[in-house]
Amino acid sequence: MASGLHNSDVPNPVLRWIDQRMPVITMMQKEYGSFPTPRNFNYFWNFGALAMVNLMIMIATGIFLAMHYTPHTSMAFDSVERIMRDVNFGWLMRYVHANGASMFFIVVYIHIWRGMYYGSYKAPRELLWMLGVVIFLLMMATAFMGYVLPWGQMSFWGATVITNLFSAFPLVGDWIVTLLWGGFSVDNPTLNRFFALHYLLPFVIVGVVFLHVVALHITGSNNPLGIEPKGPQDTLPFHPYYTAKDSFGLVIYFIVFAVLVFFAPNYLGHPDNYIPADPLVTPAHIVPEWYFLPFYAILRAVPDKLGGVLLMFGSILVWFVLPWLDRSPVRSMRFRPIARICFLLWTVSFAVLLWCGGKPAEEPYVTISRFATAYYFGYFLVILPLLSRIEKPLPLPESIARAVLGAGALPAGAAAKPMEKA
Amino acid sequence: MADSGEATAGGGTPRRDFLNLVTASFVGVGVGAIAWPFINSMQPARDVLALASTDVELGPVAVGQAVTVMWRGKPIFIRHRTAKDIEEARAVPMSDLKDPATDQSRVQKEQWLVMIGICTHLGCIPLGQKPTDNKGQYDGWFCPCHGSAYDTSGRIRQGPAPRNLDIPPYTFTSDTKIRIG
Amino acid sequence: MLRTSLKALAIVGGLLGASPGAQAAGESVAPPNAGFSFNSTFGTFDRASAQRGFQVYQQVCASCHAAHLLSYRNLQALGLTEAQVAAIASQVQIQDGPNDEGQMFERPGRPSDRFRSPFPNQQAARAANNGAYPPDLSVIVKARPDGANYLYGLLTGYEDPPAGFAMGEGMNYNRYFPGHQIAMARPLNPDQVEFADNTPATVENMARDVTTFLAWAAEPELEERRAMGIKIIGFLVILAGLAYAVKRKVWANAH
Repeated sequence: MASGLHNSDVPNPVLRWIDQRMPVITMMQKEYGSFPTPRNFNYFWNFGALAMVNLMIMIATGIFLAMHYTPHTSMAFDSVERIMRDVNFGWLMRYVHANGASMFFIVVYIHIWRGMYYGSYKAPRELLWMLGVVIFLLMMATAFMGYVLPWGQMSFWGATVITNLFSAFPLVGDWIVTLLWGGFSVDNPTLNRFFALHYLLPFVIVGVVFLHVVALHITGSNNPLGIEPKGPQDTLPFHPYYTAKDSFGLVIYFIVFAVLVFFAPNYLGHPDNYIPADPLVTPAHIVPEWYFLPFYAILRAVPDKLGGVLLMFGSILVWFVLPWLDRSPVRSMRFRPIARICFLLWTVSFAVLLWCGGKPAEEPYVTISRFATAYYFGYFLVILPLLSRIEKPLPLPESIARAVLGAGALPAGAAAKPMEKA
Repeated sequence: MADSGEATAGGGTPRRDFLNLVTASFVGVGVGAIAWPFINSMQPARDVLALASTDVELGPVAVGQAVTVMWRGKPIFIRHRTAKDIEEARAVPMSDLKDPATDQSRVQKEQWLVMIGICTHLGCIPLGQKPTDNKGQYDGWFCPCHGSAYDTSGRIRQGPAPRNLDIPPYTFTSDTKIRIG
Repeated sequence: MLRTSLKALAIVGGLLGASPGAQAAGESVAPPNAGFSFNSTFGTFDRASAQRGFQVYQQVCASCHAAHLLSYRNLQALGLTEAQVAAIASQVQIQDGPNDEGQMFERPGRPSDRFRSPFPNQQAARAANNGAYPPDLSVIVKARPDGANYLYGLLTGYEDPPAGFAMGEGMNYNRYFPGHQIAMARPLNPDQVEFADNTPATVENMARDVTTFLAWAAEPELEERRAMGIKIIGFLVILAGLAYAVKRKVWANAH
């Protein structure tokens, strides 16, 4: 073996030649083949892989849609309808892309929910969690700009309202808004830059996803019990166990996706976006896409412009400090009876906000959103710090293997075998 | 896409049993079926295909003149040939031609030559439509990119181009009107 | 595990269920279900009805409403022959140009042309209609909540205003139009068109036919989409069974 070459044990000589010089095969084998993974994942642990696949679907369909789309105010709407009518399989590409955005948010919301329920954000996975929040923010920006591109009524007025949020900031607000618009209102320069950024940001997301996975593979995955694997008996190689399990989850996800695309492609959309943008007429009820509704409800729950904007941004930014708000050493809510109930109530508050966000800004929805908003923040800022001090958790199992396989299934002393660090 | 994990999912045993084989072939079919719409979407769209015909009024084109019209985004050369042009084209022995074709086979009415004005070498547009253009030494068209010369029937006579200028499908809808495509 | 999966489903269901709430409420009356074939999950368009609907569109609606996303060639999908389509297209004059003198000119339409719009632009349309803009009908069924039923309701929903209802100048009372005051006068009247297949030209028939035509115009891919969806979901269900079997087999070794 010449010096400087990687010591590869790939059997195929051609692949070995490559692997010696660029050990990607060894790396993939280590990170996705033999990678030791807790043996007790439930199906919630599919959603990271699903999100990855969803991102790839969005990028692939997006690139092919961009080949036919025209980012100009006078042609954007018609070019999208041309894709639907004249481009071969254009309707399929567009409906997959449009519903893919919804699927992406469903998948990522469940992924985030899982992280919160099982305490995946706690040490040593704080950075992994924070990178996830960055991905979510980038997703929101990408989805928002993508929704502007068809240049329907909701595109235009959504863009107007969301960019105007920035005008709430004192001194620099108007300057920022003009900068975003590239003019004195949402117009062709805005559409052009949104298209450019909508094409760029997914690749930034790919970059942060890569970092997210790097961080994951240092700390290893959390699991439903929230206790660290103590030895090889607690883990399984990622392949074939989790490739098989993820593949099954993936097919189920494809079925849900296909039902949306083929039988209800406009169910999650808004009919007003099939009306071409008209800068002189605001639709009766402007609402963002469903996945923004909880945050939109928080914005509207506050009677003050700047306060609403700050609270809305704060509702996501608070996730960044979640690892430090929740100081309980127990990760999984399974062993935190009080926190578990409070968290499920938080889930309800999120769902209530989602529901209120789609309703007109009138009573009783405003009051309901105010209570839900209060609980949303109260959970993070009051309940979790407090419970960290006073809650008495249930006893944790001795090890994953013991919890999953039962005490009898293990050879004596196996549970005490020390973990080999991967 | 769907992970290739199924193909070898036997807990490390190399034995490929029936279940794995069936699953792997399903995945293969699925991936193939996903690829097709993407590839096919890059083919001309239905509105592009529908715009495939162009009507041209020949009346105003005097003898000896040429016009260029657009058809499917390409220039179409239409020359109202003089008797001399026709005579020249028909006098050429087939053995002199790189891509032998009679002049009669290239026109529907002998005074009207209709061709796709794109050099068959690498796609440049030959000169020869305007009276001031260099028509090349065969009095037809001359491609400035790599020096291909075409005669008064649009046949390649000199230079790197492999074929005569192509003839588009067209029909005379009246004595002085053609529909290309 | 089952419990957690159910929880996941409940969340997804909650998200899906919440979205229709995102639609405009307003003071409009929800239109009744008119029972269109294409509104059922696996439904298709009634071709004969859509063809008659095109006739209604052409003879009634098209004098004010454009449908500029449609081309005459699209009508072949409704079962018209190429020659019929060419004949329909050639009846309209389409502006083309500029010609060699730099002038725009009119020529008979071709199948590749988009439907001719009655007005050159929105301002002209407003000027000719007392300031009200007759919207483009290409995707109108997608652009209204419960579009087909709404449209059918709108076309058949003209009635006298209830006592004491303050009507605006030149407005018409409609049961299903949001706010009930619509600028468009009752567009369909009995026997306004003569159908070649002797279908009686009642207001209900014409409304049903033109709605079918416009539903097709908004979603011409609908039938292909559903047919493809059945195949793909069938394929995926089998694949899910296989993937689950593989997963079970792999995990059998885990203990």
